[in-house]
Amino acid sequence: MATRSRFPADHGLAARMTFTMFLIGALYVAVIAALIAYHVNIGFIVILAGGLLFAQYYFSDKMALYGMGGRIVTPEEAPELHGIVDRLCALANMPKPKVAIADTDIPNAFATGRNPNNAVVCATTGIMRRLNTEELEGVLSHELSHVAHRDVAVMTFASFLGMVAGFITRFAFYSGLFGGYDRRDRDNNGAPAVAVIMLVSIVVYALSFLLTRALSRYRELSADRAGAMLTGRPSALASALQKVTGDMARIPTRDLRAAEPFNAFFFTPALANGFSISSLFSTHPSLEKRLAQLAKISTQLGQPVS
Amino acid sequence: MGLFDTILGRSKPAKPDLDELFALPSAAITLEAGMRLKPTGTGSVCVKPAEGGGFAGLREQIQQLLDADNDKYTEKTDSFGFSWITREGDGGDLSDLVADLHAVNASLQDAGFGPALLCTLVTFSGDGGAPVGLVYLYKRGTWYPFVPTGQDKRDNARELQVRAVLGSDLKIESDLSRWFPVWGAPGL
Repeated sequence: MATRSRFPADHGLAARMTFTMFLIGALYVAVIAALIAYHVNIGFIVILAGGLLFAQYYFSDKMALYGMGGRIVTPEEAPELHGIVDRLCALANMPKPKVAIADTDIPNAFATGRNPNNAVVCATTGIMRRLNTEELEGVLSHELSHVAHRDVAVMTFASFLGMVAGFITRFAFYSGLFGGYDRRDRDNNGAPAVAVIMLVSIVVYALSFLLTRALSRYRELSADRAGAMLTGRPSALASALQKVTGDMARIPTRDLRAAEPFNAFFFTPALANGFSISSLFSTHPSLEKRLAQLAKISTQLGQPVS
Repeated sequence: MGLFDTILGRSKPAKPDLDELFALPSAAITLEAGMRLKPTGTGSVCVKPAEGGGFAGLREQIQQLLDADNDKYTEKTDSFGFSWITREGDGGDLSDLVADLHAVNASLQDAGFGPALLCTLVTFSGDGGAPVGLVYLYKRGTWYPFVPTGQDKRDNARELQVRAVLGSDLKIESDLSRWFPVWGAPGL
């Protein structure tokens, strides 16, 4: 009997993700072409945005921990959490990340860090209270998949253009306002060029925002999938999702706002269900979509041994 | 994981490597000569049971396979939800034990549950101290010693001693951060 895998690849998901990335790449090309065509020198802006994003990327683990009030714990302090992470890392053959606990009642977990060797996985006391061992394991395997997929690096790269476009919009606005742009610019493009640049930047910013959000949703589905493959228990992850998102609706708004900047790497976004703007703008796929995918994996697992 | 997998956000489940398991019998001789430690005859396979009928059916097959042998087999689930399939016997024939453990591993792998294998554990004792466990990590193809001495406490000095003795016989895990403890494992 030949060795076989119980987890066929999901080509549809890979194709959608590739297409989104292709669009982001096309946007990059279009922006560079426009900049060359209009002889605009934005070296300063690119360096500024690049520097900011690099700092965000490089210190992502410390920033996220600080922002959430997470504390790195030793195996003696949290033997159960460490035990789960130990075993998952041994199953997946990946280096063990730092393990942290955030003392807050918001049921959530996140993983961040620029590469698997500098990653940190953090669970809140709220999620540990609400979930049983199996469900917590499902959540942690989802977070470890984010680490393995290097989602911090991918999302930083994908959001770079949006950030640059946002900066250009602001700079063009102010220089247009004070009429100073054409004096500094060697090619003397004048006010119409500033207006064009501003318009282009706004469009680029909007497109890039939508595309990175779409990409983020695909990365979440990928992490769900890889997490379920790691534990072999998609249903435990599904049940954890249901518990956590159900509870989310009851969080007071003040806490929500404080937690919002870290949404991208959360297990579920810290926004109440009633506040859903539109599926286009959300960083996470809908609960139904995630549950449907996990149910599919569960069916594949249930096939008897031939 | 390659660049392509990173870009597509997919990780392939790590495949187990069973070959290094057969290095154990010769290492046991070295261990007895160097530290007066003898195999206790207890060995176990730790696996993460997947949900659904596929794994349950496989479990029955393994049970039949093991029942055919006269040795004593038990199966228990630990607090992390992992399943330990344990074979207990006398310490006389270690290669027999290794062959049995390999049979369990191979049948799991053939059924597509290779990624679910966590570790194999073989225990040694006899020098008057706490029993010593040798843990085999499938995904890395390496061994490491584990000597628990009480609730959440392990004897690192003895573990390093075992590594020094066995260094040339077994592929010992070089990354110490991967010597993760398996508290309450059978035979320890």
